[in-house]
Amino acid sequence: MAVVFDKPKSLTDNVLHYCPGCTHGIVHRLVAEVIDELGIEGRTIGIAPVGCSVMAYDYFTVDMVEAAHGRAPAVATGVKRSDPSKIVFTYQGDGDLASIGMCETVHSAARGENITIIFINNAIYGMTGGQMAPTSLPGQVTQTSPYGRNTETQGFPIRVCELLSELDGPAYLERVTVNNVKNVRNAKKAIKKAFQNQIDGKGFSLVEVLSSCPTNWGMTPQKALEWIDEKMIPYYPLGVYRDKDGENNG
Amino acid sequence: MADHQIIIAGFGGQGLLFSGKVLAYAGLAEDRQLSWLPSYGPEMRGGTANCTVILSDEPIGSPIVDHPNVVMVMNNPSLDKYENMVAPGGKLFIDSALISRKVERDDIDVYYIPATQLAKDMGAPTLANMILLGAIVKETGCVSAEHLEEGLRHAVPARHADLIDLNIQALELGKNYTQA
Amino acid sequence: MQEKVLMKGNEALAEAAILAGCRHYFGYPITPQTEVAAYMSKKMPKIGGVFLQAESEIAAINMVYGVAATGKRAMTSSSSPGIALKCEGISYLAGSDLPALIVNVQRGGPGLGGIQPSQSDYFLATRGPGHGDFHVIVLAPASVQEMADMTLKGFELADKYRMPCMLLADGTMGQMMEPVVLPDPVEIDTTPKDWAVTGTECKREHHIVNSLYLSPKKLEDINLERFERYKKIEEEECLWEEFMMEDADICIVSCGITARVSRNAILEARKQGIKVGMIRPITLWPFPKKPLLAAADKVKSFISVELNMGQMKEDIELAIRCKKPVYGCTRVGGMITTVDDILASIKEAEKGEE
Repeated sequence: MAVVFDKPKSLTDNVLHYCPGCTHGIVHRLVAEVIDELGIEGRTIGIAPVGCSVMAYDYFTVDMVEAAHGRAPAVATGVKRSDPSKIVFTYQGDGDLASIGMCETVHSAARGENITIIFINNAIYGMTGGQMAPTSLPGQVTQTSPYGRNTETQGFPIRVCELLSELDGPAYLERVTVNNVKNVRNAKKAIKKAFQNQIDGKGFSLVEVLSSCPTNWGMTPQKALEWIDEKMIPYYPLGVYRDKDGENNG
Repeated sequence: MADHQIIIAGFGGQGLLFSGKVLAYAGLAEDRQLSWLPSYGPEMRGGTANCTVILSDEPIGSPIVDHPNVVMVMNNPSLDKYENMVAPGGKLFIDSALISRKVERDDIDVYYIPATQLAKDMGAPTLANMILLGAIVKETGCVSAEHLEEGLRHAVPARHADLIDLNIQALELGKNYTQA
Repeated sequence: MQEKVLMKGNEALAEAAILAGCRHYFGYPITPQTEVAAYMSKKMPKIGGVFLQAESEIAAINMVYGVAATGKRAMTSSSSPGIALKCEGISYLAGSDLPALIVNVQRGGPGLGGIQPSQSDYFLATRGPGHGDFHVIVLAPASVQEMADMTLKGFELADKYRMPCMLLADGTMGQMMEPVVLPDPVEIDTTPKDWAVTGTECKREHHIVNSLYLSPKKLEDINLERFERYKKIEEEECLWEEFMMEDADICIVSCGITARVSRNAILEARKQGIKVGMIRPITLWPFPKKPLLAAADKVKSFISVELNMGQMKEDIELAIRCKKPVYGCTRVGGMITTVDDILASIKEAEKGEE
């Protein structure tokens, strides 16, 4: 009998520790499928962050390095510069990439470092139990913004793709989401392009994935996926923010 | 004298560290024990600058010198600072075109050389340091004339190689000045 | 054997790193070690190496971590305030058992402090620079020649024990020039390490470079294993130099620039009939406890000469189990102990004054 659906080779047999309804699992799978399809499993090195995906090193079959909080782009820079023939990706959440690690994010982008960054934006700190993230929306209730994020005292969310698109360095910036089948397909296309760019030596590629956190948002998985449509996408419009190939621009 | 403990001091930009390097490279050519220690500060130009060069036949302990036996000064603050530090019997070389006052001590040898004026007169106003260095080498014999020139050739960066001859002229001028 | 050349300490250590096979250097400008970055930026592109001016000290140490994870020799350098920023990364290197060389050309502190020479990071370096239980091997050069030699040694020890190593110099050592015979180039070992991330080539299980262990038992075991290694290092890798100790009544203990000044003071004291010698620790961790303990049975007292408020003095007291008094001769803030300062301490010790 023909197999029509299987686990990607680049995922280990370990059981993911993510909460029910969390979209990390989907994105892990997409990354693994892309690695399989591009045939780069043997030469790919992943950098895991600090945050919910801290144990990503247990889930991918490729060589993995665990980075300190926010430092994944710097660690990836070291790994890539050590051997540019390797395919190096980081997998980072919003606290890691856009708060404590913003300096490393901006500068690796400005250098046009030939790496791939998968950025999970779920507008909250998941692992530590639901605190305000740099991407939490105005008015969003979290453990550390219990009365809703007050922009007068807690500032505004950071739109990472837009911010990085001001730089000359990046080759490719796209924001996607995985809250329905169509969007999952688009997300996979973007992730594949971000890896292909690195293979082709085009430089810094970042895919921001709007993700759900039902546990810390206090919603059912279904409601959380709807919340992405209703609240997140209006603040974080999907689309391509930079493509040095000139395709899909605008 | 087998042990020369030399301090060269003045304003940044007067070529003081370079003068010390010429001596250090000359010492290297003679296979002497040596150290070269610069002052370092936040300013690149105009601040005070000095370097300490030790040339010795024995292994060098501290590269820092509290009582130098040779001192070259190219500004007033440096003379004020180092005059009393010179070891008795030591030699003090003063750019008298830049420093008008006289030294009060009588237990050291003092050489007043209007180096900055002499340098202007020879059409090389930036080489007062080399004129003073020529005088130092002549009066102290800390390195041989032959090795001094070798030191100069090592110390001058390749991009300024065309200036070597002019530097040699300045050294000669300094050597001959104290003979007069 | 290479010919004798004249170099600044900072340049000598940079060249020695290249001769040691280091082809990856990440730095950030800070006085008084910036010559290292300048040297590397000139040299590395010519030999197929990598020089990268990082966006911060933090980024630089994490780039080092990345290269180290691939099994290659990597280095960063900084001065005291910058080293404080690198401590997080050093802890991760130690926790992931990665070798690397970190150069600290110390300046006065705390805070922004000053830019003149200091040894005030002695505690920071010798007590494990970062969070958690760990050590780094600490080497304290006292000449430009040792700046070069200890760089090579540092890489060797780091590789041998899979741990970070710190070259702990001071502003004087970095800035001064002395004749130096550079080491011969090291044959670079390209055998793949059985722990490094180099890509699985789909032929082996994946390697994970990591310091996270959520099981307390597992984390305890890993710490215990690491400290077994540290024990071996303490037994086998201590380096020190003795000067005029054969008949000494007073033993100076000092490293780096103050050991050089102490040498002059010892010769001066002996002219005055006081028998002084010196034990100069070259490795500060592991600290050469054995020769100090042995000396404690022979000398009347010790003097710790250092550019901090007496940090190494504590290690001396521990090493000699407080058998003899230890006097302190210290200057701080960028001031350097003079021969006269040390002579005064010697006389104080000679009289046995408290």
